[in-house]
Amino acid sequence: MEALTAIVIGVLTAAAVYLMLARNFMRFLFGLILLSNAVNLTIFASGRMTKGAPALVPYGEDAPLGMVGNALPQALVLTAIVIGFGLLAFTLALIFEGYRRMDTVDTEEMRFAEPKEDSPK
Amino acid sequence: MSWVLVMPIAVPFATAVVAYLARNYPSGRWISLAGSVLSLVASSVLMVAVLGEGVIAAQMSNWNAPFGITLVADYLSAVMVLITAITGLATAIYALGEIPEDTESLGFYALFQVLIAGVTGAFLTGDLFNLYVWFEVMLIASFSLLVIGGGKERLDAGIKYVALNLVSTLVFLSGIGLLYGVTGTLNMADLRGAVADAENQGLMTVIAMMFMVGFGVKAAVFPLFFWLPASYHTPYFAISAVFAGLLTKVGVYALMRMFTLVFVGDIGFTHEILIWVSVLTMFTGVIGAAAQTDFRKILSFHIISQIGYMTLGLALYTPLALMGGVFYLVHHIIVKANLFFVAGLAKQYAGDTDLNRIGGLYKSAPLLAALFIVPAFSLAGFPPLSGFWAKYLIVMAAIELEQWFVAFMSLLVGLLTIFSMTKIWGMAFWKPHPDGIDPTPDRAPVRVTRAMITPIAGLAAMTIVIGFYPEPFVQFAEIAAAQLLDPTQYVTTVLGVQP
Repeated sequence: MEALTAIVIGVLTAAAVYLMLARNFMRFLFGLILLSNAVNLTIFASGRMTKGAPALVPYGEDAPLGMVGNALPQALVLTAIVIGFGLLAFTLALIFEGYRRMDTVDTEEMRFAEPKEDSPK
Repeated sequence: MSWVLVMPIAVPFATAVVAYLARNYPSGRWISLAGSVLSLVASSVLMVAVLGEGVIAAQMSNWNAPFGITLVADYLSAVMVLITAITGLATAIYALGEIPEDTESLGFYALFQVLIAGVTGAFLTGDLFNLYVWFEVMLIASFSLLVIGGGKERLDAGIKYVALNLVSTLVFLSGIGLLYGVTGTLNMADLRGAVADAENQGLMTVIAMMFMVGFGVKAAVFPLFFWLPASYHTPYFAISAVFAGLLTKVGVYALMRMFTLVFVGDIGFTHEILIWVSVLTMFTGVIGAAAQTDFRKILSFHIISQIGYMTLGLALYTPLALMGGVFYLVHHIIVKANLFFVAGLAKQYAGDTDLNRIGGLYKSAPLLAALFIVPAFSLAGFPPLSGFWAKYLIVMAAIELEQWFVAFMSLLVGLLTIFSMTKIWGMAFWKPHPDGIDPTPDRAPVRVTRAMITPIAGLAAMTIVIGFYPEPFVQFAEIAAAQLLDPTQYVTTVLGVQP
């Protein structure tokens, strides 16, 4: 299970880096989404994988009996997913507004904040 | 005891909610101002408590460390929270003059207060994942503040800022994941022992490097600083001042915290890298500034250059160096925010920030010229202003360690900083205005200029006070550095037991 997760994380990261090297900012954003999911999986895997043992406390007990899945990384991942979703949604809105105003998603052409030396202002 | 630690975070959040509800009314800006005053009171209370006890900690929701989220304040945290509140108040006053009504009704003050809350939270938390959450609170507010008001330039700058900061956040987050996987804890005090005890120290160094890269982007160190000069010259001046003052410093603070508290297993490796990174940061920043002719772009590159001094204080890792680093951190927040404020007022008077298109400010606005001199010369390290003491401590620490090249570079960068500052002085203040007009303060309404010059004067006064009476501040920095180098009290206070 861990090995499979590790491979999935590796593939996601590789695809993310490939996409993020593109000049098209939409591709960059898709890369960022993949990378964000790879990181979430890393956190999830770091809590060790347990199969079919939910972290539930039986009625009348103070602590779970026997080995159960680690609940903390799941809480962390949940937080990270929510935050990541918010940030990526914001970024998408930002790109859309940027596209409407600047008429481009090519990062090479986005020179409005830092115009080239010889270009007219 | 816990409310002392919670209030500096809760007050700006509460203010944000009220300010958002009142965003369409003129009362919104006064609510923001009142909230900033209350934040300053709360931070001062925290400072007094920390001065009394050394380190204070509080367990949230009664989950004891290392399981729950801990808020903790030592000398460094307390002074950073206090300086955040001071910068926040200065900016809230400045914004009264600068921010137009349509931007106010978009929720400007609410976002600004959330930013302050995020920064304060990052300084106070004792939990690594919680630190990530505060970083995100701070980031989302800063994203919105950067692009608020619209325009091609801001959107362009915003996209670059957002992209690079999100990548750095992900690096930081995966570092957290791996660290948890190895040690099984996220409490920073608990991590100190857990990291030292870990079997695989090589892996720890790898994780340490992930944190260094993640925080390095936030702190804008060489070679990760490209987002900063691409974005800091576009937003409202109040915003670029608070960004310049506080945001990169959160990165520096996080570096200082992690590389004195947690990752101290292989100092010869990690801190040696930091030394060279710092030297290159100082030098590339100041060289970049020399090539610019825009008021704010010059200042942006100088942020990078100054960050190098702070990380150098950490990298040299002696009591004197860390003391200089802490002193530098505080001095620089005051000075740099103030310089951006001055740039904003100069634009109000003279009509632009491009130094080729403005001039004559010395003749028409002598008060502004005098107020510019204070932070500008402090930045360059002129005695007896605050920057002199900050640089003096760092250079002394380098000389003590016989790091001659590092000491030489620190002094050289100081010299080049004077070059940039005299360039601004000569072009914006001394030379006549290229259009042949006198930039008159009367062009802006009195209400506007009064709101904008008050924080400039206040921060300049603080610079002078620190410059002439450095003794208590240096002593404070000395204790802060001692706490960083020997975090026993920090660890015991958080965990409640001797480690």
